[in-house]
Amino acid sequence: MTAVTTAHPAGRRTTRDGFRQVLHAEWTKFRTVLGWVAGMGVATLLVVLVALLAGVSSDQKGSPPVPIGPGGEAVTDTCYFVHQPLAGDGSVTVAVSALDSSIPQGLGDLRPGVVPWAKAGLIVKESTRQGSPYAAIMITGGHGVRMQDNYVNDRAGLRGPVSAASVRWLRLDRSGDTITGYAGTDGTNWAEVGTARLSGLGSSVQVGLFVASPQVVDGMGTTGSVSTAAFGDLRLHGGWTGGEWTGELLGDHSPSFAGFPGNGSGSFTQSGGRFTVTGAGDIAPAVRETLPTGGTLNDILTTGTFAALIAVIVVGALFITTEYRKNLIHVTLAASPRRGRVLLAKAIVLGAVAFVAGLVGAVLAVPLGARLARANGVFIFPVTPWTEMRVALGTGALLATASILALCIGAIVRDSAAAVTSVIGAVVLPYLLIANPFMPASVANWLTRVTPVAAFAVQQTLVQYPQVASHYTPYQGYYPLVPWVGLAVLAGYAVAGLAVAAVVLHRRDA
Amino acid sequence: MSAPEIVLTGLRKRYGATLALDGMSFTVRPGVVTGFVGPNGAGKSTTMRVVLGLDAVDEGTALVGGKPYRSLRCPLNHVGALLDAAALHPSRTGRNHLLWLAYSQGLAARRVDQVIEQVGLTSAARRKAGGYSLGMRQRLGIAAALLGDPPIVMLDEPFNGMDPDGIIWMRGFLRSLAAQGRAVLVSSHLMSEVQDTADHLVVVGRGKAIADAGVNDLIAATSSGRVALRTTAGPHAMAVLAHAGATVVATGSDTITVSGLPADRIVTLLNRSVVPFSEVSAHRATLEDVYLELTRDAVEFRAATPTEVTR
Repeated sequence: MTAVTTAHPAGRRTTRDGFRQVLHAEWTKFRTVLGWVAGMGVATLLVVLVALLAGVSSDQKGSPPVPIGPGGEAVTDTCYFVHQPLAGDGSVTVAVSALDSSIPQGLGDLRPGVVPWAKAGLIVKESTRQGSPYAAIMITGGHGVRMQDNYVNDRAGLRGPVSAASVRWLRLDRSGDTITGYAGTDGTNWAEVGTARLSGLGSSVQVGLFVASPQVVDGMGTTGSVSTAAFGDLRLHGGWTGGEWTGELLGDHSPSFAGFPGNGSGSFTQSGGRFTVTGAGDIAPAVRETLPTGGTLNDILTTGTFAALIAVIVVGALFITTEYRKNLIHVTLAASPRRGRVLLAKAIVLGAVAFVAGLVGAVLAVPLGARLARANGVFIFPVTPWTEMRVALGTGALLATASILALCIGAIVRDSAAAVTSVIGAVVLPYLLIANPFMPASVANWLTRVTPVAAFAVQQTLVQYPQVASHYTPYQGYYPLVPWVGLAVLAGYAVAGLAVAAVVLHRRDA
Repeated sequence: MSAPEIVLTGLRKRYGATLALDGMSFTVRPGVVTGFVGPNGAGKSTTMRVVLGLDAVDEGTALVGGKPYRSLRCPLNHVGALLDAAALHPSRTGRNHLLWLAYSQGLAARRVDQVIEQVGLTSAARRKAGGYSLGMRQRLGIAAALLGDPPIVMLDEPFNGMDPDGIIWMRGFLRSLAAQGRAVLVSSHLMSEVQDTADHLVVVGRGKAIADAGVNDLIAATSSGRVALRTTAGPHAMAVLAHAGATVVATGSDTITVSGLPADRIVTLLNRSVVPFSEVSAHRATLEDVYLELTRDAVEFRAATPTEVTR
């Protein structure tokens, strides 16, 4: 007897940590089935190929350059500007007594309407160049007095609308790089609304009145608007002394300006200290609807990622269901009786491979697709390197999590076809629904909060701005959840799947 | 590890309406080949799955070297088993199949090459297992069972699909494993497959062991000294012998099996009654007979048997 129990063969390598052995075994299993390795390769390839296709097929050649704000973001910089250059420090004040907006109803028929973010007020702008730094104090159509600067910053001041009976007094002070905005109701008492620091402001800046009138959300779409404001008592103080006021429409040919509705145009009339200014457009960060010609990393990646997702789901499910179909699970569980460890090892191996597949795919696809798209004149919404890294890592994590979910469903239902169909169904169906432009925003947002497609949020690069009215829907590239939270929704499904699979694997006969 | 043996005590297992195991108890001892025979559906495979911790029992215990299988750390170093030779991924090579198994036990790749050589699969080891013949799959399964050099080897129907050369190899191989001191349990639904290999037999029917004894003891116990008689005067001979107290069964148009009387007494009786006969041969029971005898009640669908005439 001793001869048998002690005569162990040469080459036995007993490691203390049994889990590493299970992991090693599962990795060996994975890499020795060509179909599975190829499936993951296909996933990478799909991400890259669809990105190339997206890059090649886009054509925006000849579109005018997109204005870029001081922070590097795409902006819209269109308004009617009544201005003059002023040097050094100084102050400007004005009283606004009316801001009336019109919205087209049907073809060319302008009717009075509410444009919540119509703007009329004072602005200090580095120059009339598109995207140049500015600070402004304004009255809006529905959000009271605001102080805004450099396109993305927005602070609230006095509430309530403006009218002849409720005149709003606005004031901007310049002191070096610091611009301070004030508001009041009588021209004597001023409440500070906010302060902006505009770096690199020259001695001479453009100062004056502006009127902007952005698009308004209208049912499933948006429509342009035009607004007219009545100003009185425009005065320069401090070091500023007045010259001639000139009016012009800034950013007339910007790709983020859809033009005046109803063949209108910007204008201003001056009589003494009274001005009537009519303008359209917006001074704000660009969003998808104001810059429809813009592309995002989302556009480059998402379709390919979706295709890759199907590949990793199939591989993930087969990684365990094939074992059931062939009774190989008996061999596996006889070799590693601690079943939860087998499941975990499979999940780790699968997740790691799918992660690499997605990461490599994204790392190749983003620069290639973006380069091709740019060569075709497409403007890609700028992203920070950190965002780009998050998109690439997130794409890997998205594929990894989805494949683990498929593995778990496979372990629970023990049937390839059932596992693949149910997981693909859980991803494809909501994806098709959110990819439909006519899906109401509430439904699309709900789907991208609770279903596995929430994870696509990890690829979003667009930012929602409360001070810009638009349809922020997944179809437009805006997800209701922030990137990692969206991924966490899918991860939640995967963790729940792992827990259920571990329990049934433990309880059921193999 | 204590004595390398399998000890099963009162195993009960129900699958829905089917009682698969109904008090299965026996012990598999080291150094001998234990044949595990019984008709299909008698509970052989279920018992083996229970031993390997794959199926849980409703009652009873299955211990491997004194421990439940699922508590073993590197179980393939304790028990090597082949349940289903088709349990392979068809696009994985035979060698890679053994490789992942080896890694799961902390064994090195060179152990894989050793067992491949041991079962004579070297030339096919790097081909996809999907293209293997059933005999090659059996050999691969045996190789997997041997990976951990286990003191206990358990094979479910290993002769299935083997050609005559393979069967001869398998018999020698099983004997050599037992000769090395291992406990070897081999199941089969055909007694003829294990009769020349097993030292000990566990005969099962309807979920329990109905015999558990050495091969020779079993034959001796069942063998009741039957005699085969060839005669053209069948009815006459049967009447004479039955009258003398024998149990007589007509087994063919001119053959009769007699039990309860020794051969020389039969010759005397037939000669005295002038019954012509051409052949009388003493018949020692074979294992097949033992098996049929024992499993008669346990077989769920039984073929019609020859008519029996007794006084």
